[in-house]
Amino acid sequence: MTAAESYLPAGWAWYIAIVTVASLAYCLWVLISNNTRKLPGEEVKLHGTNVWDGLREYDNPLPRWWRNLFYITVFFASAYLILYPGIGVSTGILGWSSSGLHKAEVEATEKRVAPMFENYAKQDVAALAADEGATKIGASLFQAYCIQCHGSDMRGAKGFPNLVDADWQWTGTPEGILETILGGRNAAMPAFNEQLNKDQIADVVNYVIQLSGRQVDVASAARGEATFKTVCAACHGPEGKGMQALGAPNLTDSTWLYGGSAAAITETLVKGRAGVMPAFKDFLGEPRVKLLAAYVYAQSREAERTASTQ
Amino acid sequence: MAAESKGFFNHETIEKRTGLLILLVILVVSVGGLVEIVPLFFQKNLIEPVQGLKPYEPLRLVGRDIYIREGCYNCHSQMIRPFRSETERYGPYSVAGEFVYDRPFQWGSKRTGPDLARVGGRYSDEWHRLHLINPRDLVPESNMPPYAFLDRPIKMTDVSERMKTLKLLGHPYTDEEIAQAPEAIKDKTEMEALIAYLQGLGTQIKATN
Repeated sequence: MTAAESYLPAGWAWYIAIVTVASLAYCLWVLISNNTRKLPGEEVKLHGTNVWDGLREYDNPLPRWWRNLFYITVFFASAYLILYPGIGVSTGILGWSSSGLHKAEVEATEKRVAPMFENYAKQDVAALAADEGATKIGASLFQAYCIQCHGSDMRGAKGFPNLVDADWQWTGTPEGILETILGGRNAAMPAFNEQLNKDQIADVVNYVIQLSGRQVDVASAARGEATFKTVCAACHGPEGKGMQALGAPNLTDSTWLYGGSAAAITETLVKGRAGVMPAFKDFLGEPRVKLLAAYVYAQSREAERTASTQ
Repeated sequence: MAAESKGFFNHETIEKRTGLLILLVILVVSVGGLVEIVPLFFQKNLIEPVQGLKPYEPLRLVGRDIYIREGCYNCHSQMIRPFRSETERYGPYSVAGEFVYDRPFQWGSKRTGPDLARVGGRYSDEWHRLHLINPRDLVPESNMPPYAFLDRPIKMTDVSERMKTLKLLGHPYTDEEIAQAPEAIKDKTEMEALIAYLQGLGTQIKATN
């Protein structure tokens, strides 16, 4: 049973078939029955009995090329309906379908690229990062699937990490990057507006600013330090250096995912933050994700080298 | 046809009776539609929802109306065609059963922006919020207009009536769902509704087809 048979009730299939064939036959009949010929030397035939102010209508044959065009359309339609689906539930002798066309297209491409991906699948991400062909594919994948958040220059945006600043919220190892893309990540900075009062939040903000080496109200920062050690240290560590396993950022450097101003840090503390990296395993499949990870790793290493030589 | 015969369908008879001419012309012209369109109303894969498809819950329904009001369809299609280039980029191609609760469907045809048929779950809610406020904050190359003004309360007061109308057309809403609809969209912003709508798009079909 074809797909069409299971979808279309038989009565409607017959209805389509009969009306289609009947109207084609009717077209052919009209063409043949109205065909007139004019023999050489014969008088011009007149059409009907209508007389308009003494004028009559001629019944000349259609120009042959024109009449033949009509025949061609009828035969084209018949041939088309035999070859392609159209008559009721018939799939046509070619068995064409748009989903079949898609499947063939996908399979042909898979066949072409499978050996290449198999070869890449054997290598680890670090090795692939050194392979120019692999990173080139990774680059096109990145431009298609990642730039919406991380930007076409990989520098991210507020709330979406910069991938070429040599600073990693999660882990920056080749395997770590692969894991991040495959499974996604969910960072959860809770909102502290209920647990901490306004003054406490202001103190913690001052302390966090002090952690990254800036001048603040020392007394306030000292009060904030006490709160930080009991509340924030659970994820960001006692020294505020963060914890990659939890995606808790290092607060002692100058990299800020949501901004490092007092206002931005206050907002982070009051409202909380929930950074989401979607999982790409099901959508892209592991072979492609591996090349993506290799590209990201290669680019971050490249950025690191550039930074260290400057 | 022979000029002498004067049957009912004779050329001369038809030519002289305009009413008959019009009737026969309509009959001939409608054959295509009768064969190609009418049976579609009874074809199962076109009228039955895909597995797991539910009619829009109130917030998403409101979001859909905002999507239409703002003319999102002018730049975004919701129809992944069965081409490898599209299924690789967006996910499985669209099938008719995914749109049975869309009245009217938002397939669109103009693709200034990317197709949105499978945008549900692709980005986080926060991404959508920031992107709607100013697309260029996230994608500097984007030419999508900002929709920051959507951050305002939903003013729609007739969401229950809308659901009742859809129920009349066959959407399986329960009376309870309809009664609770105003409560479900209370205190929500238009942006939240739109994001809820976007996050549900195309999420029934995940596997590659």
